[in-house]
Amino acid sequence: MPQKISLRIDGELIHAAGQRSILEVALEHGKFIPSLCHMKGLSSVGACRLCIVEVAGVGRVLPACTTPVQDGMAVTTQSDKLRRYRKIALELLFSERNHICAVCVSNGHCELQGLAARLGVTGVRYPYTFPKIGVDLTHKKLTLDQNRCILCTRCVRVCAEVEGAHVWDVSSRGVGSRLVCELNRKWGESRNCTSCGKCVQSCPTGALAEKGFAVEEMSKRTEPISRLTAQRGARA
Amino acid sequence: MSKAKVATVWLDGCSGCHMSVLDMDETLLEVVKKADIVYGPLVDAQEFPEGVDLTLVEGAVSNQDDLKLVQKIRSRTKLLVALGDCAVTGNVPSMRNGIPVKALLERGYVEGADVNHRPPSDGVPALLRNALPVHEVVRVDLEIPGCPPKADAIAYVVMEVLSGRKPELTGKVKFG
Repeated sequence: MPQKISLRIDGELIHAAGQRSILEVALEHGKFIPSLCHMKGLSSVGACRLCIVEVAGVGRVLPACTTPVQDGMAVTTQSDKLRRYRKIALELLFSERNHICAVCVSNGHCELQGLAARLGVTGVRYPYTFPKIGVDLTHKKLTLDQNRCILCTRCVRVCAEVEGAHVWDVSSRGVGSRLVCELNRKWGESRNCTSCGKCVQSCPTGALAEKGFAVEEMSKRTEPISRLTAQRGARA
Repeated sequence: MSKAKVATVWLDGCSGCHMSVLDMDETLLEVVKKADIVYGPLVDAQEFPEGVDLTLVEGAVSNQDDLKLVQKIRSRTKLLVALGDCAVTGNVPSMRNGIPVKALLERGYVEGADVNHRPPSDGVPALLRNALPVHEVVRVDLEIPGCPPKADAIAYVVMEVLSGRKPELTGKVKFG
């Protein structure tokens, strides 16, 4: 049984089990912390940097998803500084790839687009990079559009941790980073993909989608996958 | 009190944002009570006038004419608003940016053509290397994203600006 600890989040006294992340505890108590790479039931990697929070006594902001709660901690989830940094993080995501929302399968259902609206990102202050990157349409049912990928790695984790196939990985570094299928095979030539579609449902943007969907038609659901992870070990 | 001067301009876009301006419906009557519309596709003016208070710019900056016009607009406008995703992000016009201009024109006018196998050169402005959002070319004071932006959002911004207030768009607009 993990030890019970007490902390304050935005001044509110909260009791929680240790070994849990600030993000999990805050969300359970109705706080809003934006995030894109977090998905309930998957491991946390701190990729998107949107869930940053301030912790009293710590001189830098910390990602809430990878920082465990500690006894006596005082966490701030909303401040001018955090709002500014979160906007910057979002704008950098937009400038790094070609997010043409108007013609995207996920327009209107996209978590990136939704967070931009919610956090008041009405434009991107950085020059767009307009990278020339491709689309993989070789899978019989599913599509990968690198132009929309934010490298959150939810697909990587859901495939490795839930489906157990580990089809996806990220290759290269920095702005050259790309989602790759099995050491850079075409998706249609994958030997491990079970075509389960969990990666598609986990993807917060239009980067992974199903074939046969037009603009605005690809809505996704992560809850069934999160429920599945909660049932781990329930049936021997 | 003299009326404010409002202009609209249509660069590399589909005119959908101007359709959304017209969709303001009866709010347009409120606008013209407070302002004269002095330039744009909706009025017959040949030259962008001096001393404009508010200009709504639709479309990306894609060719030499767009570039010259938007620079002139900036020098003659107090408040420049990027209207819609093409002006704010580059949007659909920017989808050509991964392809060099020469290859792009060859594909459209040579490979894709049945007759006259050459790109047009007379009477059309030269394309820029990239279709750019307006703020990468001149200073932009406000952005209204959307493809097209909702008429309500445009009406809100225009009426706030004409009333001397600063519009707050958080939660009111989205890309796409």
